[in-house]
Amino acid sequence: MFRFLSGFGSYWMLLGRVFARPEKHSIYYKQTLKEFVSLGLRSIGIVTIISFFMGAVITLQTAYNTENPIYPTYLIGLGARDSILLEFSSTIVALILAGKVGSNIASEIGTMRVTEQIDALELMGVNSASYIILPKVVATVLFNPFLTLISIVTGIGGGWIAGTAAGVVTSEDYIYGIQYAFIPYYITYALIKTVIFAFIITTVSAHQGYYVDGGSLEVGRASTYTVVYSSVTILLFNVILTQLLLS
Amino acid sequence: MIRAEHISKSFDGREVLKDISAVFEPGKTNLIIGKSGSGKTVFLKRLVGLLDVDEGKIFYNDVLFNGLDFKAKKEIRKEMGMLFQGSALFDSMTVEENVMFPLEMFTNMSGEEKRDRVNFCLERVDIINSNHLFPSELSGGMKKRVAIARAIALKPRFLFCDEPNSGLDPKTSIVIDDLIREITVELNMTTIVNTHDMNSVMENGEKIIFIEEGEKCWEGNRDEILKSDCKLLNEFVFANALAKQLKDSLK
Repeated sequence: MFRFLSGFGSYWMLLGRVFARPEKHSIYYKQTLKEFVSLGLRSIGIVTIISFFMGAVITLQTAYNTENPIYPTYLIGLGARDSILLEFSSTIVALILAGKVGSNIASEIGTMRVTEQIDALELMGVNSASYIILPKVVATVLFNPFLTLISIVTGIGGGWIAGTAAGVVTSEDYIYGIQYAFIPYYITYALIKTVIFAFIITTVSAHQGYYVDGGSLEVGRASTYTVVYSSVTILLFNVILTQLLLS
Repeated sequence: MIRAEHISKSFDGREVLKDISAVFEPGKTNLIIGKSGSGKTVFLKRLVGLLDVDEGKIFYNDVLFNGLDFKAKKEIRKEMGMLFQGSALFDSMTVEENVMFPLEMFTNMSGEEKRDRVNFCLERVDIINSNHLFPSELSGGMKKRVAIARAIALKPRFLFCDEPNSGLDPKTSIVIDDLIREITVELNMTTIVNTHDMNSVMENGEKIIFIEEGEKCWEGNRDEILKSDCKLLNEFVFANALAKQLKDSLK
């Protein structure tokens, strides 16, 4: 319990340092552009592949679970669309990014800690927490909504290809289904969740990496804890946000 | 000048620094020696403010450093340079970017001025045509030299070196020692070097402090060290066979 409270306290104290006034905006701007590439652009591949296949599976499962003459087949497209929009492209993609981006951030910052690079920054008078973490937070919070949009489009596309190829739904019915009773607010809901999840992934993993004490073994451990803590936090906030935004 | 007064530090109830006082003079290479785990690195990190002190005062040119707020400390830190044990070069930056980093962060120099200063510093430490290499592509000695170049980029008044010779062969160690001594005189810096390398002690020991189990046991210079009566210091200095033979021959 004491360890949890101590970790919680140090997390908020770290955030206080992260959001302090940047020393030199031009340097932070350059760092943020680098992080866009490293944390954002380099995640497009995995998000696209996973979304495509998950969209395909969601469509096939919806089709096999609604095999009843009472249900019109366009409901397959509607079901796939809402599953992808409401849950998959924001929450599941966030969990995947907690593994990929989160462990990357924790190990990068942890390595900087154990190789005294953070001490070197502090000694120069640089606010190391802000210099290292703030560009990552800005990059993921701004870029992850694009990943979500890519995931939505790819997932629905994957469902269309799989559904028509397997013959469980016609192209016309699927396209009609994904347009039927569409609520635009669902996209807003997915994007709000994405922004909050991006913040959680980056700050939780940065916190784990920043306070590593020891060597490579501890860096590996921090990387593992990052995935566990950020995943649990994402799932917790998923419940809270769903209640707040959809009730 | 740096003055430390009655410095104490404990970790989890274990006292690692016990009431250490010392004065480090400008234009000189001041050495802190002692065996591994004696508290040298803790003392050095304490001096630069990377660790908080439990008791005691640290003065930089008569300004009480550990009484300053973050902003005022930052001003003094701009006058500090440090060579870390593992060099601590930024992995994601090239040699040029590493040396340029403090210039970009704290000066308003033009791009050309910054490049000139970087090239000057790199040439001073004898690193040529390596501006675009990454730290992972450098040898241990080159990393140390680049780290020295980065440390002197802002023309500091205080230079700190933590085990500058660790992991280096004897010949490269001498190069690094010579470099530290030369730039100390050139820039009239107050240089403090943590070491347990006896060759460094004999080459650079203008002022030496010996720490054993967190306590300052002896203070002197390289000429006095061989004649000292301090038992603990003698055990440390004459630990290897070659040094023992030297001592016998001196008798």
